[in-house]
Amino acid sequence: MIDVYTELTSIVDKDFVSKNREELYMYGRDPGLMPPHEPDYVVMPSSVEEVQAIIKLASREKIPVVPKGGGLSLTGLVIPQKGGILLDMKKMDKIIEVNESGGYAIVEGGVTHGALKSYLLKHHPELRHSIPDSPPIATVVANAVIHGQGRLTQQHGFNSEMVSGLEVVLPTGEICRIGSCAISPHWFSKGPPMPDLSSLFFGWFGTTGIITKLGIKLYPCKKYRDPMLFLTDKAELVPDIMRRLARTEMIEDLVVTAQPIPLRYRGNFYILFYITGDSDEELEFKRKMCWKALRDYFEKREGGFVSLVPEMKAPMLSMPSKDTTRFADVSKGGGFEYSGPIAPIEKFPVYVKKLADLAEKYNLFYSSAARMIDGGHCMMFSFSYTFNRADPQTMKKAKEALDEAAEFALDNGGVMWKPNLDEQKLTMQKMDPNTLGLMMKIKKLLDPNGIMNPGNWEVSR
Amino acid sequence: MPQLKFDRDKCARCKTVSCLTKCQYIKLDAAAAKKEWQKIINGQESFVLEACTTCYACEEYCPHGNHPFYMLVDRQEEKGILPSPRPIITMWVNQCEPVGKFTVGMLQERALSYCFLHHFNALAHGELFKDLEYSVLFGQEFFCNAVYLHYARTSLIRQRLATVLENIKKQGVKELICLHDECYATYTSLAPAYGIEVPFKPVHYYEYLIERLKALKGRVKPLGLKVAYQRNCSTRLVPHIDNVLDDLLKLIGVERVGRQYDRQNALCCAELIRMGKGPELADDIQKRNLDDMQASNPDYVLFNCPACWDALAEKVAERGLKPIHVIDLCRMAIGEEPALKLQKIETEV
Repeated sequence: MIDVYTELTSIVDKDFVSKNREELYMYGRDPGLMPPHEPDYVVMPSSVEEVQAIIKLASREKIPVVPKGGGLSLTGLVIPQKGGILLDMKKMDKIIEVNESGGYAIVEGGVTHGALKSYLLKHHPELRHSIPDSPPIATVVANAVIHGQGRLTQQHGFNSEMVSGLEVVLPTGEICRIGSCAISPHWFSKGPPMPDLSSLFFGWFGTTGIITKLGIKLYPCKKYRDPMLFLTDKAELVPDIMRRLARTEMIEDLVVTAQPIPLRYRGNFYILFYITGDSDEELEFKRKMCWKALRDYFEKREGGFVSLVPEMKAPMLSMPSKDTTRFADVSKGGGFEYSGPIAPIEKFPVYVKKLADLAEKYNLFYSSAARMIDGGHCMMFSFSYTFNRADPQTMKKAKEALDEAAEFALDNGGVMWKPNLDEQKLTMQKMDPNTLGLMMKIKKLLDPNGIMNPGNWEVSR
Repeated sequence: MPQLKFDRDKCARCKTVSCLTKCQYIKLDAAAAKKEWQKIINGQESFVLEACTTCYACEEYCPHGNHPFYMLVDRQEEKGILPSPRPIITMWVNQCEPVGKFTVGMLQERALSYCFLHHFNALAHGELFKDLEYSVLFGQEFFCNAVYLHYARTSLIRQRLATVLENIKKQGVKELICLHDECYATYTSLAPAYGIEVPFKPVHYYEYLIERLKALKGRVKPLGLKVAYQRNCSTRLVPHIDNVLDDLLKLIGVERVGRQYDRQNALCCAELIRMGKGPELADDIQKRNLDDMQASNPDYVLFNCPACWDALAEKVAERGLKPIHVIDLCRMAIGEEPALKLQKIETEV
């Protein structure tokens, strides 16, 4: 029987391999509500060759491997359900290239959104990427792997759709380039005009391979950015308001907030969106077009724009938003989790009603942020509830509320975003069996030994 | 519920109907104004109820002190008229609701009221506020609620004011220095108009500053500056305070320049008008006001109300003018630095 620890230290500097209890404890859990399970080893590789060697070892010995970025999904996606090796990718933190004219960056698998933002601000201030509203330690790769959304999602779709190429270590140990970079030195496309193989790695939660490099598209960084806030007290008007604003093609991000506290939120839906421009004239034109789009709701007194003072604008302009963190401690104890279906925007009224009904049923604080995706083709609607980490009862109630929300969302046209294991099971039960069969075949083909993040996307036997 | 003390006979005898004929937003001659006003008094429909921008100015225009604005707002509420979209009103109603969270400093019998405005955290310090700077009330438990005049909700003011007055009384405050004159106007105009007794002595901060500057006479150096004054809506409820400002400015050697939109002809900051009537009217008001400020060539544009500051200070600065708050001007006169600065917002992208 081989000594895995010794084998790992022969691949990676021993300072970055651990089987110490305290590290296994930390890597065995995430901030959400899924039960913890510890890995047997934690490794921090620093190159694709090291990742490859670890995967070859794991494949040979049939040891589970779980790749981890920021570990912020809240849904337990990187909790090592069957132990094994946890690969913490954060040492692979190089920003390899920023291609100004092509508008993309190539980053290693552990580069964080905070680091990329900071790098671009310093070296390429005219370019930006789609920053999610998670803490800045979220990694660019992991966020794409879970089909994350960011500040440019309203305009350009899921962050995974902004990917322009990949380098992947397959579960059998081959290093594989995906997209234009497989043929050309340029990382301008993740697939087209070739077969788009990138989708073999997004939404799979690391069960099909480990992304070690990723090309991410960059977009113009306008000189000015201004928030606009429209309120309505009628949930049934929200989808139309979202649609109208999207169809102006004038707005950047759009998020609808529904929550009972702070008190100013009570009884209203806060539709916050942003306009950008390179001049006052451009901003003013966009502002007027947005006003015009919603004018009749204003005339009918069913909705109105809030005049934003500097004190209100500052938090709206902070990126990522700190509101989520603030919300997490509403009920004290610092816990929050959300179930986040991706759904048609027309579902907003029924979802928001369910959100409040569940909060009442389980006696929880609630909040929802519905982010418009890709010009209104869909939205991410979060059913968010807080809990006290020191109180198992509130954690149990929050989990039950989230389970119920997920079931409701799936029954009402939604598809779960970054589903936890329970939500994955629900999703697979509801899925067209042929589609599920195809998924399982692909997974089996890529990972014949079933070592990659086991437990996820697995059909119960 | 306290009712407005309103004398119908005064209006019946009134020849000028100044409340409407002087209105900057509704054009009516005396005869037409009389008719419309009578309809309002009688509880009938009048276009004025919808057209009102809630600038408060008619309260000042009335030569009889008969509270035409309060009457008009009462009627708006009775008729369910929404001066702003319903969700905007809901937001205001909710965000200022007293919930039992008291924000108080080290209170003395004499205290400062910050209203619900954070700006005074910066402003109310230094020699002018020595011995009082920690004797502070802040937040919704002490919020005067006059803002609901903009939203056709005098019932809410009347309902909440009883709690607010009781809250202030319970703190042992005998004399309340109102740093936002909307509070002062509530306690000296609105409350008496509805027969509500105020259990402490309200003092306008202009009066307080005069008292302090007199006490600091040796340190006061005339500034020799010219200012264009941005007069705010709530001074319309207590117009005599405008003269107190003149006394204050005289004391520190500052000239209030004559300009078209000052005194009775002042234009408000227009941000509440933006939310209620839309951007076109608000932009027009602000442009005329800013053009006029600029034309008067002042050293500073002088602000009294923090809400006006939020609405206009940046726009003032964009025109190359310098915004300053009244308190800061007085600080300068005693050799202190201005404290209220334009908030720099990082436009993160």
